[in-house]
Amino acid sequence: MNVRLYVWQRLTAALMAPLVVVHIAVIFYATHQGMTAADILARTRGSMMWASYYGIFVAAAAVHASIGVRNVLTEWSPLDDRRAGQFAIGLGLALAVLGLRAVAAVVLS
Amino acid sequence: MLAELSVSLWRGASEGRYETYTVPQRASQTVLDVVTFVQRHLDPTLTYRFSCRVGVCGSCAMTVNGRPRWTCRTHVSKVARGGRIEIGPLQNLPVIKDLVTDMALFFEKWQQAKGVFAPSRTRHDAIAQIRPDSPARIAADAAIECINCGVCHAACDTVRWNPAYFGPAPLNRAWTLVNDERDGGNAARLQAIAGSGGCHACHSHQSCQELCPQALNPTAAIAGLKRRTAAAYLKGEITA
Repeated sequence: MNVRLYVWQRLTAALMAPLVVVHIAVIFYATHQGMTAADILARTRGSMMWASYYGIFVAAAAVHASIGVRNVLTEWSPLDDRRAGQFAIGLGLALAVLGLRAVAAVVLS
Repeated sequence: MLAELSVSLWRGASEGRYETYTVPQRASQTVLDVVTFVQRHLDPTLTYRFSCRVGVCGSCAMTVNGRPRWTCRTHVSKVARGGRIEIGPLQNLPVIKDLVTDMALFFEKWQQAKGVFAPSRTRHDAIAQIRPDSPARIAADAAIECINCGVCHAACDTVRWNPAYFGPAPLNRAWTLVNDERDGGNAARLQAIAGSGGCHACHSHQSCQELCPQALNPTAAIAGLKRRTAAAYLKGEITA
């Protein structure tokens, strides 16, 4: 891992730390309140706040995870740096698309 | 105390086998004493490397019961298990013969990490005044006593997994120079250690500081380099 990837991975980790805490707190809140899917969707639909929150979360997770997987591949698989980088970019894009689709589903639907 | 030790020694190069010898056990006996006994009394073809015998030169490191150690300062009584001891060459380095590894790669990595003092003055300038209590000098002093034995290199998982990785010792040396006010080579040094073989490859497993015979902490030095290179990158002083 070079310094550019290191900085991106650490910055996204720092960004995600509070996001994870809030995410887990929201899960506890929703389950303790006995909220149904319909209740939750009623609050998230059209909400720019939740769209931004989980949109940023998905982007950070996609960058963070793909850098980590790239590192694992360069050390543990026969792939060279270039191939591992290509695979990681593909993984990051896939995570971003899947994540943003999920965000769109609870905010836009 | 048992009267005799059963000693398994690696014989051969990368291909080889452990052969077992019986060596008399003595008080205050070191692992290097055991190897020397075998070579002097049982098999003169055994090849090993040592020089000072007092923990200064760093040439006698070997793998003892699975762990890299400086053999001249490792007492048999501390490492023998049930009167048995297994001694092999250092890991993560090519074996030349028996207990001797080729250290060339290890020292090439010191060069790649710019672990070499780059003078910023000439003999005509006044001698630099360095305050011993300055934070930079304290950081350098904490890492300066490396004896180049290669124990950390042999102990490091990342060295095993990543052939490009410089390893703990070269990076530890680079950290002392980054903190040396007299050194003028930091731009090139930080650039070199910000690459894929540099400090950011370290996983902080801390085997280096666990096993360093000088009780140094290369992991801490590498953490310092991570901070320093990240700051230099964000300021645009180095590129990725």
